[in-house]
Amino acid sequence: MTDPENEVVDARGTACPVPIIMLAKAARAHGPGATLTVLVTDVAARLDVPAWARMTGHRFLGEKETDGGALALTVRLDS
Amino acid sequence: MQRSRVYLDAGGSQPLSRRVADALAAGIADGWADPTRLSTESRRSRALLEGSREAIADVLGTRPEHIHFLPSPHLAFERVIAGIVAARRGSDRIIVGATERDALMDAAHAAVGDAVETIPVDIHGHVDADALEAAVGVPGVALAAVQHANQEIGTIQRLDRIADITASAAVPLLVDATASIGHIDPPSRWDALVGHAADWGGPAGIAFIATTPRTRWLPVWAGRDGFSPGGVNVALALAAAVALQEREELRSETDARLRRLVDTVRDGVSTLDGIDLVGDPHERLPHVLTFSCLYADGETLVSELDRVGFAIGSGSACATGTLEPSRVLAAVGALTHGNVRLSLPPTVTAADIDAFLMELPPALQRIRSRLGAPPAGS
Repeated sequence: MTDPENEVVDARGTACPVPIIMLAKAARAHGPGATLTVLVTDVAARLDVPAWARMTGHRFLGEKETDGGALALTVRLDS
Repeated sequence: MQRSRVYLDAGGSQPLSRRVADALAAGIADGWADPTRLSTESRRSRALLEGSREAIADVLGTRPEHIHFLPSPHLAFERVIAGIVAARRGSDRIIVGATERDALMDAAHAAVGDAVETIPVDIHGHVDADALEAAVGVPGVALAAVQHANQEIGTIQRLDRIADITASAAVPLLVDATASIGHIDPPSRWDALVGHAADWGGPAGIAFIATTPRTRWLPVWAGRDGFSPGGVNVALALAAAVALQEREELRSETDARLRRLVDTVRDGVSTLDGIDLVGDPHERLPHVLTFSCLYADGETLVSELDRVGFAIGSGSACATGTLEPSRVLAAVGALTHGNVRLSLPPTVTAADIDAFLMELPPALQRIRSRLGAPPAGS
């Protein structure tokens, strides 16, 4: 079950800028306060998710390594 | 396409001016003999080489005997770092700014392995002076390296403060001035400095190390001239010196003009959605600008703009030939995809920049719609 206010976007296996585009598209379906976690294997996404949040008025909450070797990056929508 | 091509990727390589091309030809014609021998031909080569050293030393405010030519900045970093570290027995750590060139980082790692400590930079790329002060205060530091200005984002480091810090700690300061020499006033306080002719309109294949009478270094080459073993290509040295003189003569005019053109690009792209402008807007090189575009990939941006007549650079991962984006973009927390890196040669005109600003938005739009990107304002 996907909690609509806490969506996980699986962008594993895609390269920049695709993970950010997937994240941005998912963000459009949610309002302020929702959190989105994007799973990535692309190294640039680790830098670009916080930069995207800064540029679009959202908040980057942090990163965590997953068991499968992917990175889970979480943002909270503030606008 | 009627318009001729516009070259906006002048960092590290650019066309030679007529005067520099003539100097290169003269150097090949008259400077072919080994400058270390005793014949008339060799003395002629030696005179050209000494004149070239003198011209470069003049610009830097140092003496000709402290200018050592090498074929590339990479080798210059490798020689100077290894030489200074060798002279600092018992100290084997190197402190570097987070936005130093890859060539300098590689040379530092080659000299001391993992004992390289990186000092963070702020959002504009200025080295954290307090962190630097703390790092050089710990015993065992052989060398600190902080660049004069950054080749990608243009930010000029506050070297006066940095030189105060390294001098109080009695740690030698290496300044990478490859991006700045010929473009802004050279730095005044350093123990060793590296410059690169192709960055100031000289030919490819010639760089230099400058030292001072106080600089302590040991030759790390067993033979003659431990700093630049194997001799110097006199023609390249001559053309490099002539190019630097030309840039210095024209600098006040080009500085103001290129600064205005970069400001025009800054203003133009800041009206577009989803643009991350990178680097210090004021304390910067006159001719360098970097920005990143949301929801676009750098590689395609480079080829789309190339197709319509513009040569640009990019620090995005997909455009660097590695899977890693530019360390500079990472260090300042900039968006790394869709990166556009401009380095304006002095020949660029206002019409070239207007044309670039006309072509960029549709190119960006084409890429974003191909990728199925959402509106860039969101």
